[in-house]
Amino acid sequence: MPGQAANPPAWLGVSRLVAKRVLSALLTLLLVSVVIFVAASLLPGDAAQEVLGQSATAEQVAALRHEMGLDRPAVTRYADWLTSMLRGDPGWSYIAGMSVRDLIGTRLVNTLSLAGVTALVSVVLAMTIGLVSAINRGARLDRALNVVTLSLVAMPEFLIATVFVLIFSVKLVWLPSIAMISEEATWGETLRSCALPVACLAFVVTAQMARLTRAAVADELDRPYVEMARLKGVPLRRIVLFHIMPNAAGPVLNAMALSLSYLMGGALVIETIFSYPGLASLMVNAVTSRDMPLLQACAMVFCAAYLALILIADIVAILANPRLRA
Amino acid sequence: MTDPARPAVEVSGLCISVELPGGSSRPIVEDISFAIPKGEVLALIGESGSGKTTIALAMMGYSRFGGHISADCIRVGDMRIDQMDAAGLRRLRGSRVAYIAQSAAAAFNPSRTIIAQVIEPLTVHGLASPAAARQRAIDLFRELALPWPETIGDRYPHQVSGGQLQRLMAAMALITGPELVILDEPTTALDVTTQVEVLNVFKSALAKSGATAIYVSHDLAVVAQMADRIVVLKDGRIAEQGEAAAVLHQPQSDYAKTLLAASQPVERAAGPSRADSVLSVEAVHAGYGRIREGRAAMPVIADVSFELGKGQSLGVIGESGSGKSTLARVIAGLLPASAGTVRLGGETLAAGLAERSKEQLRRVQIVFQNADTALNPAQTVFDTLARPLAFYHGITGAAASDRVARLLETIQLDPALARRRTAELSGGQKQRVNLARALAAEPDVLLCDEVTSALDTVVGAAILELIDGLRRDLGIATVFISHDLSMVRAFCDEMLVLYAGQAVEMCAKEAFPGSAHHPYTDLLVASVPELDSAWLASRGGQPGPAMPEAQVTGELCRFLPRCPLVITGTCDRLPPPLITAPGQRVLCHRHGKAEPSDQEHLVTGASR
Repeated sequence: MPGQAANPPAWLGVSRLVAKRVLSALLTLLLVSVVIFVAASLLPGDAAQEVLGQSATAEQVAALRHEMGLDRPAVTRYADWLTSMLRGDPGWSYIAGMSVRDLIGTRLVNTLSLAGVTALVSVVLAMTIGLVSAINRGARLDRALNVVTLSLVAMPEFLIATVFVLIFSVKLVWLPSIAMISEEATWGETLRSCALPVACLAFVVTAQMARLTRAAVADELDRPYVEMARLKGVPLRRIVLFHIMPNAAGPVLNAMALSLSYLMGGALVIETIFSYPGLASLMVNAVTSRDMPLLQACAMVFCAAYLALILIADIVAILANPRLRA
Repeated sequence: MTDPARPAVEVSGLCISVELPGGSSRPIVEDISFAIPKGEVLALIGESGSGKTTIALAMMGYSRFGGHISADCIRVGDMRIDQMDAAGLRRLRGSRVAYIAQSAAAAFNPSRTIIAQVIEPLTVHGLASPAAARQRAIDLFRELALPWPETIGDRYPHQVSGGQLQRLMAAMALITGPELVILDEPTTALDVTTQVEVLNVFKSALAKSGATAIYVSHDLAVVAQMADRIVVLKDGRIAEQGEAAAVLHQPQSDYAKTLLAASQPVERAAGPSRADSVLSVEAVHAGYGRIREGRAAMPVIADVSFELGKGQSLGVIGESGSGKSTLARVIAGLLPASAGTVRLGGETLAAGLAERSKEQLRRVQIVFQNADTALNPAQTVFDTLARPLAFYHGITGAAASDRVARLLETIQLDPALARRRTAELSGGQKQRVNLARALAAEPDVLLCDEVTSALDTVVGAAILELIDGLRRDLGIATVFISHDLSMVRAFCDEMLVLYAGQAVEMCAKEAFPGSAHHPYTDLLVASVPELDSAWLASRGGQPGPAMPEAQVTGELCRFLPRCPLVITGTCDRLPPPLITAPGQRVLCHRHGKAEPSDQEHLVTGASR
């Protein structure tokens, strides 16, 4: 094209696009913080009531409220909360008598490691299943995989977890049914004790991701450029890796981000069944005990993780698409 | 093996069938036999569904819909395609038999650079190292007259033009030096002016490589330029085959005769001259995006004016992107004009659809290009036609059934089809229903937007015939939007030539032969392929653009960078004047003053 040299370099356009996406993610997070704050204040009762118990008089409650700063206008409380969140200090939990940061700290590490291991296992599995069934579209293998993934998507996770415990812990006695996480445990012990929760979570997430991967790849397989590659004598494996994947990356990654974000907050049932000390059960405890600072912090962590995953998927999709990149 | 008399490609008794759900099978093509001497081009011609692409792909042992290929013999060089296993076929594809697809835009992977895809046939078959393959590709780019041969390969498919992409695909096919090249309608998706360049390049590249070729096409004039031999197909069987000249000039079969007749429309007499004006378009500007001071952010058409009388027909012609369809959308009110007026009879029409009265809407009807998408596939023909009857005329019940039956008769369809869903009709039938839907409103102005471009030649010719009859019988003023110059010249009383949204010429039918035209009109006329096989070669000597690097700014002639007859110092400085002659209006500096000597001077000036 004439005058090509005059165009701004390609990376400029991309970085502008990426910066826009990052900004909109931050804006979303800000809006989410408002929603979380409002939702938390809509819950009946507050920390002062909860700390003092049923027998407290109205004066006592009011005094404690004043001491805790709960009687200040909502806007001020929101501004305070937000600025301290930004400083990395999510506040003090009166119920637990600990700082929220300490409460969340260990649980967050537990949840992240559970989610990380599960993600690793399930992404590899889902890609394999999705690709295999897309390539063998309509064949017996594809139909079999379809039936399996569909039934797994439909199956509630408590059922999977219960069945797994029944088989592997009760009948075969291979794996512990309770995930004990302790400082002293060796790597092997930790892995062994986490095997069942990881397996259960991976089952649910893999099935979803595999189905979406299959759909995205199958979509690309019908495109004329795939036929052209076949007629050039390109082997199927190479077609899938070098021709289809760059085009399917966007939808596949988005599907994966959506599924993986479930691993953070959605793992509640699994955490409960295996007594796994994760973030989701901590948040449920915060709701029942009206521990607002803790509740709000947990909710923010979940939303931030979700937004981060979607953001990463979007950015990779932008980078994989030459029409956006160059 | 080296017997010179032995043809390079030999096919006998080829049958391709698809399996039906019941376990039985239906033949798609039957009993196909032909042979191609080395280095010659065989054309497969026929309508869509005649099996031409299916046969061509069988030369690579490939079937698009998983059809079963059986043959007594499919031989390319010393290879028996019919006896090869999957691994053997894979080694052959792209290395010894290569394929050039109809749409390069679809056949290139949008996410990879062009060169990565062009050298792939060499690298996957282990025929060259990536570096050597790259060098070979660059040499081929140069040979195929591509601009910036060193760097064009590093671009992505969306960064080059359609004609360039088609040539890049030819490079991808020729890079391994295949024995057989299959070209599947390789110029159908291109503009007529681009088609000439691409055909020329293909022809010389094929001649240079010495490859044997199969050229699939529906366009007889294109085939005349490319082919040594022709196989005419109808419904999966061979209707006729022979030397190209013999088939084109003395066809034996009835079907080949019909095809030939349909490809050369006979010129019709002009409609009533100077009838009362029905539609008048005055200085219309339109485009997309925010409108400021009568100009859209992305202007598409600029300053277009014409007038159309009762029963007259106007042909709007130009290449893709020239604003033809936009003009139709502006007249219909689908896209409000940013400036200018559209008048129907005496009254000025509001720019947007929402402000026009129902009566005004009724009087202007549009027939869309693609009946497949314009008709709701879930509705029956009756539903489709009864809707405008009820909406515009309040006709319902038994009266509506009557009218639908009469409409179907008008468009020469069996009234029993009214109960069918539109999805169950053939392409030609759908387009007729699409036309009947517009006619149901009893319009004064009919806008036909490329109504035949999705149809086969024979079917399309019948539709044009029908519309031509209707406008004469019912006095409907008709605007034909088309990229097909010979069709416009045959059917239209007047022709409007659009280039990049400018009306560069307006010419009445009777004034067309013999008068001087805008250089773009001349280019269009010269680009329409003729059945004469020497035509393409004769096009080689055409002068190229005089100022290809010229920048069109402001009101300058948009054709400037492509014009072979630029007057330096005038065309690149002043906006072109509108010169009016009897029956003609031309937007060009040269018009009306091109003396023969003057012209000579200009050509030498251009080749500077």
